[in-house]
Amino acid sequence: MDYYQTDLSQLHDDLVNKKISARELTKETFEHIKANEDDIKAFITLNEDAALKQAADIDQAGIAADQLVSGVPLAVKDNILTKGLKTTAASKMLENFNPVYDATVVEKLKAAGYINVGKTNLDEFAMGSSTENSAFFTTHNPWDLTRVPGGSSGGSAAAVAAGYVLGALGTDTGGSIRMPASFNGVVGMKPTYGRVSRWGIIAFGSSFDQVGWLTRTVKDNAYLTALIAGNDEHDTTSSLQAVPDWAANLNENTSVKGMKIAVPKEYYEDLNDDVKKVVKAALDHFESLGATVDEVSLPHTKYGVPAYYILASSEASSNLQRYDGIRYGFRAPDAKNLEEVYVKTRSEGFGEEVKRRIMLGTFSLSAGFYDAYFNKAAKVRRLIAQDFDKVFNDYDLIIGATGATTAFKIGAEIDDPKAMYMNDILTVPVNMAGLPAMSVPAGFSDKTGMPVGLQIIGKRFDEQSIYNAGYVFEQTTDCHKQAPKLGGQN
Amino acid sequence: MASKITKQQVAHVAELAKLEFSKDELGEFTTQLGSIIDMFEDLTEEHTEGVEPMTSATDRVNAMREDKAVKAPKEEVDALLKNAPDEDGGYIRVPVIIDESEDGE
Amino acid sequence: MNFQTTIGLEVHVELKTNSKIYSPSPVDFGDQPNANTNVIDWGYPGVLPTLNKGVVRDGIMAGLALHAQIAHRMHFDRKNYFYPDNPKAYQITQSATPIAHDGWIEIEVDGKKKKIGIEEMHIEEDAGKNTHTSKYSYVDLNRQGTPLIEIVSKPDIASPEEAVAYLEALRQRIQFTGISDVKMEEGSMRVDTNISIRPVGSDQFGTKTEMKNINSFNYVRKALAFEEQRHQQVLMSGGHIAQETRRYDEPTGTTISMRTKEGADDYRYFPEPDLPPVEVSDEWIKEIEDEMPEMPGERRKHYVDDLGLSDYDAMVLTQTKEMSDFFEAAVKDGGDPKRVANYLMNDVNSYLNDKHIDLPDTKLTPANLAGMVKLIDDGTISSKMAKKVFKGILNGEEPSAYAKEHGLVQLSDPAQLQPIVDDVLANNAQSIEDFKNGKDRAVGYLMGQIMKQTRGKANPQVVTQLLMKSLKAK
Repeated sequence: MDYYQTDLSQLHDDLVNKKISARELTKETFEHIKANEDDIKAFITLNEDAALKQAADIDQAGIAADQLVSGVPLAVKDNILTKGLKTTAASKMLENFNPVYDATVVEKLKAAGYINVGKTNLDEFAMGSSTENSAFFTTHNPWDLTRVPGGSSGGSAAAVAAGYVLGALGTDTGGSIRMPASFNGVVGMKPTYGRVSRWGIIAFGSSFDQVGWLTRTVKDNAYLTALIAGNDEHDTTSSLQAVPDWAANLNENTSVKGMKIAVPKEYYEDLNDDVKKVVKAALDHFESLGATVDEVSLPHTKYGVPAYYILASSEASSNLQRYDGIRYGFRAPDAKNLEEVYVKTRSEGFGEEVKRRIMLGTFSLSAGFYDAYFNKAAKVRRLIAQDFDKVFNDYDLIIGATGATTAFKIGAEIDDPKAMYMNDILTVPVNMAGLPAMSVPAGFSDKTGMPVGLQIIGKRFDEQSIYNAGYVFEQTTDCHKQAPKLGGQN
Repeated sequence: MASKITKQQVAHVAELAKLEFSKDELGEFTTQLGSIIDMFEDLTEEHTEGVEPMTSATDRVNAMREDKAVKAPKEEVDALLKNAPDEDGGYIRVPVIIDESEDGE
Repeated sequence: MNFQTTIGLEVHVELKTNSKIYSPSPVDFGDQPNANTNVIDWGYPGVLPTLNKGVVRDGIMAGLALHAQIAHRMHFDRKNYFYPDNPKAYQITQSATPIAHDGWIEIEVDGKKKKIGIEEMHIEEDAGKNTHTSKYSYVDLNRQGTPLIEIVSKPDIASPEEAVAYLEALRQRIQFTGISDVKMEEGSMRVDTNISIRPVGSDQFGTKTEMKNINSFNYVRKALAFEEQRHQQVLMSGGHIAQETRRYDEPTGTTISMRTKEGADDYRYFPEPDLPPVEVSDEWIKEIEDEMPEMPGERRKHYVDDLGLSDYDAMVLTQTKEMSDFFEAAVKDGGDPKRVANYLMNDVNSYLNDKHIDLPDTKLTPANLAGMVKLIDDGTISSKMAKKVFKGILNGEEPSAYAKEHGLVQLSDPAQLQPIVDDVLANNAQSIEDFKNGKDRAVGYLMGQIMKQTRGKANPQVVTQLLMKSLKAK
């Protein structure tokens, strides 16, 4: 099966019309993965035996006519709990962790009959922008194996870009879906905070984390996101807002005519020239389609990265205290007393970046520093959210780049955490404000030849406008039709 | 700007976080954290008097559960105990607690 | 030098809700270890807390019972510390916005009344339990997540006696709301204390020492009295008090310093991002106010003014909610208030004391006590018979059936008694003569004869009436 030549609804028709069985499809999917996985390394765990059995069961029961994902192989980021299938968060701490329950998003996918291909690689506990912080290995960008796939959902983005699957679940705390989507030339949506249940998602920054999809097409993304969205009694921060059928509104009548688009100068000025060029062309394209495009300012953008790293690291330092070697996961084998269980387990079980964030967060919350750091950052967060509110009083969407650069070389930034953190400058403000935002492929850098993503940011719970704009852009351009050449490119 | 964090402070924070670092690591961490904390210092430029801190992005208020008990099935409890690194007679077992100054609250 | 003492008390009260504060697991820790736990109680990766509305309600009720201001908007905070019985390594509590603040309760010591202020009260989760052996600690998480209210006093308590009076008043009021058993011996009420002294007139508090988890009122008094003395001796001899946590040692009646790690208690509180804020409307407060059972003071007034009991009786009956509820139920079932009160204060109380049990541990019901009292009042049984019937109702017997079955019924029918009276008079002509000569003793003798013939079952009142009438007719 060539996933570059199809989409969910086409594949569904093929399955329903028995052009291909779920088992054949799954088998071909694994063949394609195994032929390329030595180069790309998108997966921590492949779920082949169970997936093939599941596919055979679905064939026997019949493809559900009203479920587009029935019998469709999809991938799951490895910080999302899957009962009975080990979930590691790419950490030694959970290397052999066997979840006893499913995340709500996984439960919903199971009910819809998806086939879980496996668990994708990420930066340990989703902390990072390159997957180089995985305790196990680095995922390689299918467009250029010497480059990072971005992070933290780098495995999911690479899996979609490599044509392994039509969609892979990711999580986004500060850009972890959008940034790898941009680096891999795929679609990545972070829904509004509260849109998707966080039950069963290994927590990083609880007030920022959202689950979403990396997909080949905008419409698939809209369909799949609706499938996992909605209130969940297990997550009382999940919204009661009704979930619209976004995909149903994406068709030949969808238009951006009259749409008011704001372009924050902060999201444009400091871009690398190659990225700027692509973004400029995209904005011109929107104008040519009848949208109005104005420059605006989000003056507190520059504080986004420091404020985000204080707040998300503070929450993370607390969220990760439960990994103490007592109830589950790794326990240092030579610990002789309780203090050693704690200190040795945590010092040996966590990687360097995770420790750095724990230290930053612990420091920001500690006695004497709370007001200057945590509380100050929380106030700045309010200012950032208000910046967006002001712009959204007059505009439908905010559009800019997803990242200031294209995918960088493996190893280029790993020793400079501050530089690495600055990669998130255009994505973290969205998480601070809890807004929905999507990265769509916008073209390629004339310098690196790597994909460039366009970030479309909407009002809270207005994913529809984002999907509309993304869909129109995709349908009227051809960059999403290009695929990386796999195998022997180096 | 000179870094605001000292080795002693880093060691203290490590103790709170139950992490240990070698002498070399501690030095390296102090430099790294110092440089990141310097970046945090940018925030002091911004006046935030009277700004309400924002610590959540949820649109929910009063999201409460009715007081109804649901007991987890025995299989779930068994699976939880099975995942414990050390278990004995239904208890989670840990090496002896030497420091008795802190008791459960 | 004269010193004045300042005592602060932090009281943890365990709530009797069905489910835990942040997870739906049952609140029941007498079970097999870890049997009442789920993934939330274990602090599993990916789990989220959900707030139990019943706990918020109970917290508001406790606030109202302690005359406190209820917070109209509150959130929860994380208190971070590592311990095996604390699975997430943080406790979800309320630090910045407690559910209620600025309350008070009235105490009475040596006949003097005094209001003790309550700084704040907040809702939070209890930890699991560790059992220690020499090599290992064993963790049971059944108690993990049990709802607690922590009640923090203002520095108004000036003596160990006032501290105990405060605790007794607090326990009584909380108990009357019905939200907790408030039993120290079972751990549903736990007391942490702090104490400092300063020279009379000084406006600066002295250095305080803390003692945690003292497990009876008596020990609270003894421990505080010891500390008060110790502080005085140290200061008089020119020393200074170290700020520290101490432990009350029951066998020696002294307090002992506990090792504390320097700087270990930096709890790094911050707002809990997993729980949305709670807004409490005036309507909800009113609703809870309406549901609130009468407090002991209101009940006492009702007993004295409406039911005719003495102040003393009213006080004894409202000592515990169990006794007070029992009394009210028995009165409602038609028992004469004074007689019911007497039975509860005397026979019932001495029975409970003998057996070292509480009222709910017996089979005695308000209906059966009321039934027995009615049998006495309508003359069906004598007070002497009542002693036997009482034993029956303690075992859950229905009083009139029990009395009948055991022949404990008085003869009150004049038609049956008149022939016996006539017979006795016929055989005691001398006594009739004596009666006519004004010797009242004769009546007593004749009564005795009649009781003898009826083997004590005759109703003395009916017999007296019949006898007097017959005598006067002679």
